[in-house]
Amino acid sequence: MSNFTGIIEQERYTCAIGALQTVVAIPKAVPILHSGPGCGEMIAGFFERSTGYAGGSTSPCTNFSEKEVVFGGIDRLRQIVKNTYRVLDTDLQVIMSGCTGGIVGDDIESLAQEFADEGKPIVAVDTPGFKANNLEGHSIVVNAIIDQYVSLFEEENESRSEIGTVNLLASIPYQDPFWKGNLREYKRLLEGIGLKVNVLFGPESGGVTEWQRIPRAGFNILISPWYGKPIADHLKVKYGQPYVWFHRPPIGANQTEEFLNQVLEFALNQGVQINVDAAAAFIQHESDSYYEEIDSLASFLLEFRYGLPNHVHILHDAGYTASLARFLLHEVGIVPKELFITDNTPDRFHAEIRADIASISEKRDIPVFFEPDAGKAQDMLRGINHSGRGLIIGAGWDRDLAQEKGCDFLSAALSSSYRLHLTTNYVGFTGGLRVIEDIYNGVLSTYGQEARS
Amino acid sequence: MSKVNLALPSVQIREIRINSITGYYGDAESLVAESSCGLKDRNRSFSQCLGCSITKAACMTILIQDGAVITHGPIGCSSCLTEYAFTYKVNGGERGVEHPTQRKIFSTNLQERDTVYGGAQKLSHAIREVYERTHANAIFVLTTCAAGIIGDDVESVCNEAEEEIGVPVVAIFCEGFKSKIWTTGFDAAYHGIARKLIAPAERRREDMINVINFWGSDMFSEWFAPFGAKPNYITPYSTTNTLRHSSEAALTVQACSTLGSYLGAALEQEFGVPELPSAPPYGIEQTDRWFRAIGKALGKEEIAERVIAEKRKEYLPKIEALREKLAGKTAYVTAGAAHGHALLDILGELGIEARGASIFHHDAKFDSERPENDQLAQRVRDYGNVQNFNVCNKQEFELDNALHRIRPDVLLARHGGMTTWGAKFGIPSLLIGDEHYGMGYEGIVKYGERILEVMENDEFVKNLEKHAVNPYTRWWLEQEPDYFLQKGGAGK
Repeated sequence: MSNFTGIIEQERYTCAIGALQTVVAIPKAVPILHSGPGCGEMIAGFFERSTGYAGGSTSPCTNFSEKEVVFGGIDRLRQIVKNTYRVLDTDLQVIMSGCTGGIVGDDIESLAQEFADEGKPIVAVDTPGFKANNLEGHSIVVNAIIDQYVSLFEEENESRSEIGTVNLLASIPYQDPFWKGNLREYKRLLEGIGLKVNVLFGPESGGVTEWQRIPRAGFNILISPWYGKPIADHLKVKYGQPYVWFHRPPIGANQTEEFLNQVLEFALNQGVQINVDAAAAFIQHESDSYYEEIDSLASFLLEFRYGLPNHVHILHDAGYTASLARFLLHEVGIVPKELFITDNTPDRFHAEIRADIASISEKRDIPVFFEPDAGKAQDMLRGINHSGRGLIIGAGWDRDLAQEKGCDFLSAALSSSYRLHLTTNYVGFTGGLRVIEDIYNGVLSTYGQEARS
Repeated sequence: MSKVNLALPSVQIREIRINSITGYYGDAESLVAESSCGLKDRNRSFSQCLGCSITKAACMTILIQDGAVITHGPIGCSSCLTEYAFTYKVNGGERGVEHPTQRKIFSTNLQERDTVYGGAQKLSHAIREVYERTHANAIFVLTTCAAGIIGDDVESVCNEAEEEIGVPVVAIFCEGFKSKIWTTGFDAAYHGIARKLIAPAERRREDMINVINFWGSDMFSEWFAPFGAKPNYITPYSTTNTLRHSSEAALTVQACSTLGSYLGAALEQEFGVPELPSAPPYGIEQTDRWFRAIGKALGKEEIAERVIAEKRKEYLPKIEALREKLAGKTAYVTAGAAHGHALLDILGELGIEARGASIFHHDAKFDSERPENDQLAQRVRDYGNVQNFNVCNKQEFELDNALHRIRPDVLLARHGGMTTWGAKFGIPSLLIGDEHYGMGYEGIVKYGERILEVMENDEFVKNLEKHAVNPYTRWWLEQEPDYFLQKGGAGK
């Protein structure tokens, strides 16, 4: 579990019940909150513009009052679930308990079983905020759906019966603001090398039917430094699916090629029939079109006379921080300076992530801090100065800091007060190009105006 | 008798203090009548995510210029407070804060073991660390469900810390499960502020009028100027110092009778600042009453008459022109109590038929117990009854049902997430964030123009209607809106 117990200023993630967004990301699924009245509002406000089909103020909730705290809330929950079926048209219902339900100790699994016995597609999972955060909550929720729902369809979905199909475990929906675009791009790339892909979330997934077919996959792909790993581990035990693990979202050509080649090799070792030449040609084509852009961009990066950022500070989760730092140094020429990993990475992954970041460059040390208290990270950055024009990549909060320090700013993390996210992807070849566009559009917009505020 | 009691750490919840309810379906006139003779609440057998007191307490504290806010709970209980950091920055210019500083928002980040062994120690350390880091002039501690259930003695921890660090440390009890009515969170914040920040008056200032409001534009400076007074805004964009001296004001007025109900009464009863005996100035009649009440309170009746005459001259022709353009139009309103009633006033004045309303809660009375402050009663008196009046507890499914059945020409909303449901039915929908926008004569004109504009430019909603996804079942949309409201209340 996560280890950080100190106070947190400017939170960049939320509590376990925030994983209700994991449910919202499954087409036509609905979270049913067994929680205090404010939990849904807090989560909707944190993620912003993310209510999907039946999240936000559409989600049913028991809205705990004093009465439920004293006498328990199971009867209330039963009533809410029963009426959810009358009011909302949904394919999957996931009951999630908040702190109140958790402390009171209501047995939500037994309650869900009552409805499951009637053939309803319903799951219950404990997600009180004091137990875990939403990055962990994501795995807890997905594993609960696998155990309580997917497992009901095992007979017609034999374990590993489609050797060339993979389950993709990557972006956490909404916590990765680019999740929708990223999943679509992963799918496109992996199909390009000859695999069939379950992305499980968002419009590119096949909804609950795709979930039912999870056991069929020959192997799984985990793209993450740590979050989501419990899902891969669980599927390995439950359905015997091995997984190939790429430790950060691949941004730009170097990492994407490395990722695709790693997956290709793993698939071949698993005995998947892949046309290797066609896969190699696909990767080559993607790479060529990427470098066509970089080629013509190089003159801008090298010649622009009026000033471009030469160094970057990143405040993000472990995956983006490691990936962006690597990408920006080698493929854009911006030197990573102090990095802040704000996702409350569990201790046991720290060494591995540090080693990964250290391997970005043999020529320089890149200081990295694991600091979920992002306000504290900002205070540290206030005292750090490097020569040249700086860039800060982080959450909406960090725009304040960038303004104070006279740095350029790219909004890429939550909370995101100053940027919309629709279907943009940051991973893959195209994602790398989009990062470049976003950074330099920001930079160029500072020219030709009145004095920068 | 008033229920203001600053000796107690926490405020009594609204449903007990002023008999507020969250479930009603009928018409506005009946609701007003029942409010004065034992209004009964109706519970729901289906409910959706609501919202709790914390965010309301948070917005009244985070927006104080020189404070810091700690939410004592798991990290989720402060997740959305970032929105007030945005608000503070964006609206600062409207309220004379040219260089808005970063908001200081913390969570004690309670863990499972804290729920077993208690979180008081952690809070105690947190207050000291936050002070070290921010040197705020006041620290506000907001309680959460988890902290409330495990029973941390937040009041004592705050008092001890206050003694040590030398700035007010204000415990605000706003656990979500405590009250069904989220506006209790405003009361909770004001209670803490009245106890710990507002100082007894050393003098009375005839040139200062308290305005309890959100972050709306500064209309009141212009309106008070003829009376030789300036607004003292409470609490957004105030400082601990201006709050301290709010006891010296000549008068307190409200931007919304629900919002400031408790603080207005506390300022009057505990600090001797009279509350204006008038609902806020929405619609012509009520605007006149409001200016006259100010004139009377300040002994400047003739100035009030002069202001009214000037406004009439300037705005009546414009209002009349709008009435002609809007004749025959229908509208639906969804908003919190009091502000929703105010929107119904504006519709009445513009001659738009209010076909119904989904209002989040209803206060049977306000803390002042003055009938003059009852904006719904005033609305019914000035412009007539409103049918399909639903006290909806911000239940989206009821709004969706009502809009499906009523199909007004325009939807007026006040809270985020609600306009979507009008737009999905192709109904032009208008949300105006500035709560002062519709006030006074000028407000009627401004609102009327915006309503015309939104009805005229309906291409977007008409296109959205064709493609919108609606998760509600056909069955539900065909039921009566109060299907899930339990019977037995005094409603029809």
